Amino acid sequence: MKKILKYVFTDILRNKIVIGYTLFLLILSMSVFNLEDNSAKGLLSLLNIVLIIVPLVSIIFSTIYIYNSLEFIELLVSQPLRRKHIWSSLFAGLAGSLCTSFFIGTGIPALLYAPADIALVMTGMGLLLTIIFVAIALLAAVITRDKAKGIGIAIFLWLYFSLLFDGLVLFILFQFQDYPLEKFMVGASMLNPIDLGRILILLKMDMSALMGYTGAVFRELFGTATGFMIAIFVLIAWAALTFWLSLRRFNRKDL
Amino acid sequence: MRSLFTIVSILLCITLVSAKTIRVGKKEPVASIRTALNLAQPGDSILVSAGIYAEGSLIINKSVSLIGLNYPVLDGQQKNQVLTIRVSNVLVEGFRIINSGYSSLEDLAGIKIIQARDISIRNNILDNNFFGIYSLQGTNCTIEKNRITSYNKAEVESGNGIHCWKSDSMKIIANTITGHRDGIYFEFVTHSVIWRNNSHHNVRYGLHFMFSHNDAYISNIFKANGAGVAVMYSHGVKMFHNFFEENWGDAAYGLLLKEISDSYINGNSFTKNTSGIYMEGASRIQVEKNTFSGNGWGLKIQASCMDNAISRNNFFLNSFDVGTNGSLVLNSFDHNYWDKYQGYDLNRDNVGDVPYRPVSLYSMIVEKNPAAMMLYRSFMTSLLDQSEKVLPTLTPENLKDNFPAMKPFAL
Repeated sequence: MKKILKYVFTDILRNKIVIGYTLFLLILSMSVFNLEDNSAKGLLSLLNIVLIIVPLVSIIFSTIYIYNSLEFIELLVSQPLRRKHIWSSLFAGLAGSLCTSFFIGTGIPALLYAPADIALVMTGMGLLLTIIFVAIALLAAVITRDKAKGIGIAIFLWLYFSLLFDGLVLFILFQFQDYPLEKFMVGASMLNPIDLGRILILLKMDMSALMGYTGAVFRELFGTATGFMIAIFVLIAWAALTFWLSLRRFNRKDL
Repeated sequence: MRSLFTIVSILLCITLVSAKTIRVGKKEPVASIRTALNLAQPGDSILVSAGIYAEGSLIINKSVSLIGLNYPVLDGQQKNQVLTIRVSNVLVEGFRIINSGYSSLEDLAGIKIIQARDISIRNNILDNNFFGIYSLQGTNCTIEKNRITSYNKAEVESGNGIHCWKSDSMKIIANTITGHRDGIYFEFVTHSVIWRNNSHHNVRYGLHFMFSHNDAYISNIFKANGAGVAVMYSHGVKMFHNFFEENWGDAAYGLLLKEISDSYINGNSFTKNTSGIYMEGASRIQVEKNTFSGNGWGLKIQASCMDNAISRNNFFLNSFDVGTNGSLVLNSFDHNYWDKYQGYDLNRDNVGDVPYRPVSLYSMIVEKNPAAMMLYRSFMTSLLDQSEKVLPTLTPENLKDNFPAMKPFAL
């Protein structure tokens, strides 16, 4: 298992796209902090990178990588190796290498230029989102054999989490605006890792006062250490559950 | 007229000449301030040496100058009103006044002026009092360079730092007030000036105006108060060159205006407040040459406001520049600088060629449905805002800056 992991990890790190992704993030983050005279504004631009680009790149790159290494996977399966180990090492290799490039590209500049606690939360959220979206990509890739279809599913899932879900929430908010929806909103935020990540970062940036009563409810829950741990736990659960689903499918799949 | 003036000044000189000085202290002939006040004639000076004087409630009912040397302590022992002034032409200077009583029936204060005029209260340190300096129907009094501190946590149990009720021509200058309910409180106070005060970390408002007309407050700092500054039910208020900073919280405003008319807000700086200015029922106000930076909402202007002119202001880094709650707009927003403006200026006259709409669609959504704030800074909402900018449908049609400046004003 270690060998496969090592192979996948180094293979991806050598990949031109991942190197490009790292450089892209690095240049973007550095320029964001150097161009804006105010580190708060830089952080907000960075927030968009973390919430939109990181999930997009993670999910698409991972899906394509899985499809491209189908033959390699078939070869591995023919060896006396457990499928669980093969799939886990693929996941760990993908997540590990993409996390490394995110950390180099965005984490280090953020930690250098921004207030430490916000930068830490932002980096942590970026890493968690990377892992979660790699897991979602694995699930998308294992669902269908057709590469085009698989990538389509992956893009749709990204679109759903970053756009459609919020639209749906907005729709529900307006349909049921006569009811107290604050608790519902907390529940809804847990159903979307991007939303949860965004809210945690915004709470750290002390935006909760802007959010009125809803913000107060969020702060009451996520502002405390235990609430924060719960949120992190939910995010980890997202990664673990999605990966487990894909693993189950991969175990039973007729290659 | 001239001869009358001469006579008056001669009389004044005579009283000055005849005035004597009474020294109070452990080593002096008079040991207590109360005795000195009894001995004194109008026009006398009472010089108090350093020491602790716990003499219960002291009442000044002669026109004297009460001057402390090296801050003698007047201790109210948490039972009494420390100093009460019931007569005009009194000077109180250089005391440390501590521990006034607390009462839920009476407004006990460190220093209270009752129905008097031409009082000067200067260079005192007030510490841990219920109310700090209280003026009840005072006229033409000067409250200057006092440091007023208290340690309150809850609104109901705390009094105001400087409290003026039914007063006129007051001069509140260069005081520092912290830890009280309201830093400075004005109710039915007219023709007064509040200048160069620093009111910070008070429980409720840094400055609170009620029914106080034709007053000016200039060059004050209001920082990190529980709810910022409130100006209510007044007209003819001039607010120049003040700093409203870090009033950050769920119900905090840099400046809350309610039922205000015919006023000027000029050259102020609003930094890091939840709402820089919140206007409700405000009319005929000129908001000019102010800087709004880093606020949640730069300016929240309810549809109940009319004929306000917002011009030549700088808006930087606010989450929302302007928020409103209706489609009716009776105010003008021309000639401001907005850092979010994306238009162009073909003829290079420093005025943008396309109007700027400071109200975003998302801010309208939030106003209608506060829970939507959960989607703050999401991809969805920025997309909505962009499409709204191209084709305005829901945001008020008339709320726009027709002549947005391309460069910030040098303020």
